[in-house]
Amino acid sequence: MTTDASIITIALTAILINNFIFSQFLGCCPFLGCSSKVDTAIGMGLAVTFVMGLASAICYIVDIYILVPLNLQFLETLAFILIIASLVQFVEMFLKKAIPSLYSALGIYLPLITTNCAVLGVVLLNVQYGFNFIQSTLYGVFGGLGFLVAIVLFASVRERIDHAEYPECFEGFPICLVSAALLALAFMGFSGMKIPL
Amino acid sequence: MDFTSVLLAVLVLGAMGGIFGAILAFASKIFYVEVDPKQEAVRECLAGANCGGCGYPGCDGYAAAVAKGEAPVNKCVAGGAEAAAKIGEIMGIAAGDAEKMVAFVPCSGTEGHAVKRFNYNGPQNCQAAMLFGGKSNMDCRFACIGLGNCANACQFGAMNIVDGVAKVDREKCVGCGACVNACPKKIVKLIPYDQHVMVACSSHDKGAAVNKICEAGCIGCMKCQRECPVDAIVVKDSLAMIDVSKCVQCGHCADICPRHIIKIHNPVAVLKKK
Repeated sequence: MTTDASIITIALTAILINNFIFSQFLGCCPFLGCSSKVDTAIGMGLAVTFVMGLASAICYIVDIYILVPLNLQFLETLAFILIIASLVQFVEMFLKKAIPSLYSALGIYLPLITTNCAVLGVVLLNVQYGFNFIQSTLYGVFGGLGFLVAIVLFASVRERIDHAEYPECFEGFPICLVSAALLALAFMGFSGMKIPL
Repeated sequence: MDFTSVLLAVLVLGAMGGIFGAILAFASKIFYVEVDPKQEAVRECLAGANCGGCGYPGCDGYAAAVAKGEAPVNKCVAGGAEAAAKIGEIMGIAAGDAEKMVAFVPCSGTEGHAVKRFNYNGPQNCQAAMLFGGKSNMDCRFACIGLGNCANACQFGAMNIVDGVAKVDREKCVGCGACVNACPKKIVKLIPYDQHVMVACSSHDKGAAVNKICEAGCIGCMKCQRECPVDAIVVKDSLAMIDVSKCVQCGHCADICPRHIIKIHNPVAVLKKK
């Protein structure tokens, strides 16, 4: 199965229509955990974008050149988890040595991404949609940007909530989940313009 | 599924795991970043409780900041002056005086003193108790609930619940402030270790209202403000507050307070000053 989806289609789909958080509900844990401040949200979003793009590219190569020829597609999930975990570790070590400034900017968010289901989600979806190498990488990067948009929006909302008045029984996570649900509802509006991939 | 595909699956995954492991092991050698030996030496001196009292993410974060020269050497509250002196030796900087702080719970609403709205039998957690209209089972909005969120947060065993109010063991307390953050009522404060005279009430309610709900609450009568010889006490929003920088700890306010809520922690120290 192949597809000839263009860059624009992929970008629109990944960022707005099929946003990883708001319509696929992938990557919700960092979305809720790292969104109390806009600064940390941006750091987390950038780290996720970076890893998702890289993971898409590498997983595509492993899938097409190792798993598919050997008829081992049923191992995809397992192999991808292995790749993502090692990749994150490797990237962390590399950044620490080569680009310390970027390393300190991404900080603790990098290792946290190992367990981010959005990353595993994007590589599995790449296989499902039958993307080629470039499309896979683009989908990974734009999926990450969609995550960035979502988490920054949500962090801004949360910063406002801190100063808002609401019933005391909603304090903390309840109000957080309610506002996340409202944001997701808003993003549902985009599902009207679904573009076939 | 035949036997070969099982074997193949095992081989492929095993090989991938092996290769990735080898790459990572290799990479950790190539990309090894030397840790500043100073940082490790500083880390050795710290208390190691990761209490966060210094304002950095854990002891390692603080050690890194000190080694870079970005943080003062006397921030480790748990290690106290001893740790500050040792770190100062490593960094070649005089430690300066880190004033020792301790936690203090300004509430005297013990069993029998403060009126309770109802008997609370729910989860033994202040936050849970506060779900009942935001002020727990105590009638006073500012009262210590006494279910021990602060005691649970304390890593040094310095917080105990006595008669329904949290009490601080000043000798065990290192002033890390974990309890200050844990208190959902936000009444726990840090005060200097040497400050012995304290107003043990947090209520900003008007005097008449306090009278109805607590026998041991500040009613804002201003007597202490009038009689303080050094003008160190100010009554603001119906609550007396001691200005630590002005207080000479004569203990006069504690003698005259009609509600007996200005307390002296160590009367001997105060007597000596007299």
